[in-house]
Amino acid sequence: MAEISSRNRGLRLFARYLVLALVAVVFMFPLVFMVVSSFKPDGQLLADTSSFRAFLPVGDISLDNYRAAFERAPIGQFMFNSVMITMVTVTLSIGICSLAGFSFVFLDWSGRGVILSIVLATLIIPFETIAVPLLLVVSRLPWVGLDGVEWGWLNTYRVQIVPWIVDALTIFLFVQYFKDLPRELIEAARVEGASWLQVYARIVMPLSGPVLATAAILKSLKMYNEQYLWPLIVVQDEAHRPIMVGLGYFFQLNVAWGELMAYLTLISVPVLAFYLFMQRAFIASIASTGVKG
Amino acid sequence: MATKLTRSNGAGWAFALPGVFLIAMFIIVPFLFGFWFSLTNQRLVSPNPTQFVGIENYQNLLGLAVITIEPERDDKGQVVRDDKGEIAYPRVRTITRSDAYPQYSGMREWFRWQWGDNANVVIASDVVFMKALANTFIFVLFIVPLQGGGALLLALLINQKLRGINAFRTIYFMPVVISIVVISLLWRFIYDGSDGLLNNILNVLSFGLFQPVDWLGRTDTALGAIIVMSAWQAVGFHMVIWLSGLQTIPPTLYEVAAIEGASGWQTFRYVTWPGLRNTAILVLIVITMQAFALFSQIDVMTKGGPLDATQTLVFQAVERGYGKQDISGGSAISVILFFMVLAISLTQRFLTRERKYG
Repeated sequence: MAEISSRNRGLRLFARYLVLALVAVVFMFPLVFMVVSSFKPDGQLLADTSSFRAFLPVGDISLDNYRAAFERAPIGQFMFNSVMITMVTVTLSIGICSLAGFSFVFLDWSGRGVILSIVLATLIIPFETIAVPLLLVVSRLPWVGLDGVEWGWLNTYRVQIVPWIVDALTIFLFVQYFKDLPRELIEAARVEGASWLQVYARIVMPLSGPVLATAAILKSLKMYNEQYLWPLIVVQDEAHRPIMVGLGYFFQLNVAWGELMAYLTLISVPVLAFYLFMQRAFIASIASTGVKG
Repeated sequence: MATKLTRSNGAGWAFALPGVFLIAMFIIVPFLFGFWFSLTNQRLVSPNPTQFVGIENYQNLLGLAVITIEPERDDKGQVVRDDKGEIAYPRVRTITRSDAYPQYSGMREWFRWQWGDNANVVIASDVVFMKALANTFIFVLFIVPLQGGGALLLALLINQKLRGINAFRTIYFMPVVISIVVISLLWRFIYDGSDGLLNNILNVLSFGLFQPVDWLGRTDTALGAIIVMSAWQAVGFHMVIWLSGLQTIPPTLYEVAAIEGASGWQTFRYVTWPGLRNTAILVLIVITMQAFALFSQIDVMTKGGPLDATQTLVFQAVERGYGKQDISGGSAISVILFFMVLAISLTQRFLTRERKYG
């Protein structure tokens, strides 16, 4: 009897792992195909799709596609643009949004409730639906630079950064997190004579590690991965374009599949590596958007 | 709780101002502009001054009517049939272009069905918009159960206590961190009609019986293909939200269920599911709102084709406002979409309102 039940348990355990592994295959196969194909010449890449070889790095394997992709498009420039835009936006975003969240939760000022409601209501406006009116706005905005005032923000970095700094979700995340911090700490510091800026910088920020990580991760993904439609319409000049717009280079006349796969791999690897390296923080950040809802 | 310690108009405004200003400038102002443009004949570049036209743009989008067409009859009053035996009807444009029916002028056929010998024809002022509207609803209707339900199954699968389970969770979540633009391009290759991976996989699994399908090139499969891909990409995101909901259910409830001898299904039905109510509402709302904003997949994979089979509201709003420089028309679509999303959001408020009694 004991022998049978332990064998049964073994079988059931095996079945569980089998299901988990099959599901894993469903999520992995396109990505494996992408990476593997990036090392193959076009002819072999297309021929291999008819067999299991599509997922194996076999046959004529080389880095030729990568070399050709770098020749075809200024990938280094695109990469620099995307990383720079992402880092600047994320830094400004967590600074400005945390200050606003701090003000909404801890400070008591007239109009606070109404303004917070209006800010949170913008959560439901999909960006694509305001893209064209926003284009008209940014094309007429002034900018004070070293050479004096210039008008119009098209074909710049700032047009890809400034409109994206603040969004309702990031403010919402800070508001939710700050609400759970003990108010006594803040009141005690005020009694001691700390200014609001000191309370923010010395007490609240050091306690906000988790929400800062969440906000930074979500914003980074948005800035690196989803900057597609907006730069397409506001940045015509190559020097300022981000990686997603660079995809257009691989769709001229004939699609160069091998080079395209190399480019897709190149732009996905940094974010995948970042994710695998910090996957606990990634998953915790998504989970935290859900718990309090 | 206005105490002397927290009351602070100056600092409060100063801290909130940068954030509030940016959101006003780059979200609220363009949104209000869009609202205004939808009541005018604004174009991106136009020699003529912009005029206020009231609700004309909305009428041009939403005009809809059903007309009944009687079959053509010969001298004896018999219904005329063509070679295949189908009933012959007069063309719809004999009505929409007729001076006798000014209310139908400019409308075109959307679809029709037969009722006895007569044909009922639905005509619309803007057939492409109507198709986009219908496709958006179809997308939402299918993706919500597919993605929400699929994510719940994955969460239950991952919630087991097994060695190495985190590795599987990491893999299931992986597509979420990759750009939807990259994913869409990759799946264009997977769905390809001749060299596509999907056709080849199905061919091997069916021992050569399966005939290749041009998934994105056929009107009856294109939208379905985009639905499946979108669910595949984002299902890991909602799996994590379900998981965090699952972990808020106290383990003692499961212990009680086990002592009472509850089956696996009973445990899910009476312990797990009631504990997930708020998570369920959140997941449904988030998926619905994202689904209404469907754009990138369409832009990368089909551009709304074939034959408008994958047009969506947001794609049309961008296509008209930017592609065709018809800002007023695009803005009107955006405003319609906004009110639909607003209705959903208010429903969420209502469903998750705090109950005072019980």
